[in-house]
Amino acid sequence: MADIVLDKVSKRFPDGTTAVRGVDLEIADGEFVILVGPSGCGKSTTLNMIAGLEDISSGELRIAGQRVNDKAPRDRDIAMVFQSYALYPNMTVRENMAFPLRLAKLDKESIHQKVEEAAKVLELTPLLDRKPANLSGGQRQRVAMGRAIVRQPKAFLMDEPLSNLDAKLRVQMRTVVSRLQKQLGTTTVYVTHDQTEAMTLGDRVVIMRGGAVQQVGPPQELYDHPRNLFVAGFIGSPSMNFLHAAVEDGHLRTALGDVPIGDRVRRQLDGADAPRELILGIRPEHFEDAALIDDETRRRGLEFDAPVDIVESMGSDKYVYFTVEGERASAAELEELAADAGAADFTGTGSSLVTRLSAESPVREGESRRVWFNLEKIHLFDPSTGRNLTLHEGRASGALAD
Amino acid sequence: MSVNATPAGADVAADETATRGGGRHAAVPTQRAGRRARAPLSENKRAERRLGWLLCAPAALVMVLVTAYPILYSVWLSLQRFDLRFPDQREFIGLENYVTVLTNQFWWTAFGVTALITVVTVAVELVLGMGLALIMHRTLVGRGIVRTAALIPYGIVTVVAAFSWRYAWTPGTGYLANLFDGSAPLTERASSLAIIMLAEIWKTTPFMALLLMAGLALVPEDLLKAASTDGATAWQRFTKVMLPVMKPAILVALLFRTLDAFRVFDNIFVLTAGGNETSSVSMLAYNNLIRGLNLGIGSTMSVLIFLTVAIIAFVFVKLFGTAAPGSDDGERR
Repeated sequence: MADIVLDKVSKRFPDGTTAVRGVDLEIADGEFVILVGPSGCGKSTTLNMIAGLEDISSGELRIAGQRVNDKAPRDRDIAMVFQSYALYPNMTVRENMAFPLRLAKLDKESIHQKVEEAAKVLELTPLLDRKPANLSGGQRQRVAMGRAIVRQPKAFLMDEPLSNLDAKLRVQMRTVVSRLQKQLGTTTVYVTHDQTEAMTLGDRVVIMRGGAVQQVGPPQELYDHPRNLFVAGFIGSPSMNFLHAAVEDGHLRTALGDVPIGDRVRRQLDGADAPRELILGIRPEHFEDAALIDDETRRRGLEFDAPVDIVESMGSDKYVYFTVEGERASAAELEELAADAGAADFTGTGSSLVTRLSAESPVREGESRRVWFNLEKIHLFDPSTGRNLTLHEGRASGALAD
Repeated sequence: MSVNATPAGADVAADETATRGGGRHAAVPTQRAGRRARAPLSENKRAERRLGWLLCAPAALVMVLVTAYPILYSVWLSLQRFDLRFPDQREFIGLENYVTVLTNQFWWTAFGVTALITVVTVAVELVLGMGLALIMHRTLVGRGIVRTAALIPYGIVTVVAAFSWRYAWTPGTGYLANLFDGSAPLTERASSLAIIMLAEIWKTTPFMALLLMAGLALVPEDLLKAASTDGATAWQRFTKVMLPVMKPAILVALLFRTLDAFRVFDNIFVLTAGGNETSSVSMLAYNNLIRGLNLGIGSTMSVLIFLTVAIIAFVFVKLFGTAAPGSDDGERR
């Protein structure tokens, strides 16, 4: 067990591309840290550098206080779980799990004991004499985990370990991974592109984009207080709504009506080079059917009318999609997020607004509905830099804050 | 049950599925799906199978015409006393030719020479070929040039290459002979054999490397990464991960090369013409058949070579579990 420190770690490939630029990260002993981001953001490269499978171009990597830049993977005492599981096809489950111990030249007795122990934890005991080819995906995944835990390494590195499982099993294995990590208390770095995994698993989440860290923090903090447009759009499902907002004498003109702004935001907009156009971001759960709220709540927000496009009833609540007119919010980050979601070439007319309303709302498709939204929960972003203007000392404070 | 592909792969696999499914291992249903069960064939399946045969028929027919007929004809010839110098004495003599050949010391000398050349060249080629394959696989810069350069010997006509070796070892004019004080190595048995083997190895190592490189491409990169984080040194990664995963490809490469090497002819023909007891069985068969005009004895030798090659192939496929070319590689993925 050990802490891992990345000190301005960068990776440049011989062809000139920079996969990871200046990543600073301190992972505490026993911490579960998730690296998340769209494909090509450098998260796997970062993990491979920690493992020693990729050279570090510049910067320093320390494990347990020791500089390990030039150490081979085998001298770093880390265990890695791969998306493909990377089980040795010629060995049985038992031999697979014993492999790192055999290489470490442990005696037969303790190898046997440790393998049995790990197999028991992961419920692999009846499968010990099978070959990987005769296991299901979930079983292979557990063997891969078993091979990692069996030798009690300083840290676990996991590279999208659940991505090859089907949806149901993935949810189940998520809890297994989580429980295992808490039981063992081993420092873990976990790479995923799935924001749900990132939100549910980690103590802290590192969001990466284009090789650079965007924000580091506990999942809830990233969700509530995104530092920029990219983080806001990446975390959350369904994702945050983004609307174009024009700054006009103390108000923001948006498709949802004129939004008043408080002193704090106004001060930021007073400067000569301040943006005249913003992007307003608001999460689906900060809308509500206007007929269902009391007066006091009503005062904290604004209401607007819009035609209902689609209603998805989830039982506990309803996802209601509205069509709103007006200019589309546009920024490089949003395009990238759309591309990652595979929706870059899929744009309807006008903007679609996703809201999460109470299940009691009698909303029906095709009609027009009056909807309320919470002004304290909206975020305002500068389209050119992506910066969250409503963030004050790390806290998002809505548009009205003084 | 690592590698189990055999020409009769489908049947074997079906058997295994049955035993394992009913055995102590609880069967994983998803993996069984798609394996052929031993149920009576449906009408559709039968029609499909018939179509399969029909589609194979033209190719099979050509094969019969160009290989089966000559093979059967030479078997027929081997059962006769048939010397073109004495055409009148042609008669059916059963297995007498086989007795003649198999009790003849020239045959066994040639057989020994052939076996020696086969074993030594294939072994050396495997080691060198593996090295070459690793280099070609790992090369990042100028990959195309490295591969092309490595394959040049294989691209040269064997006879042409053999002549260049012969001239190189010719005393007085050859550069290699001059290196050794103008000795004449092709006039002595041991050195002749060494030179023959050298020429063979030089010529076919690239082919071996090519086959092994295909096998190397089958080793997933993740597996090697996993082995490094598990604490394996480069050598351990090679022996404990790469080689086992490559085993099917290595066996196929060995099979191809062994069959090829056993029929060694061109190099011997050019380098020593079989002098100093350096004849291979192919040389001997050629001498009897074409130069001696003894069709009976020559055909007998040809049939014996054919049988030996068949036995080698059988041993590889059945005992070592080499995947026969064309069948799937046996590992269920």
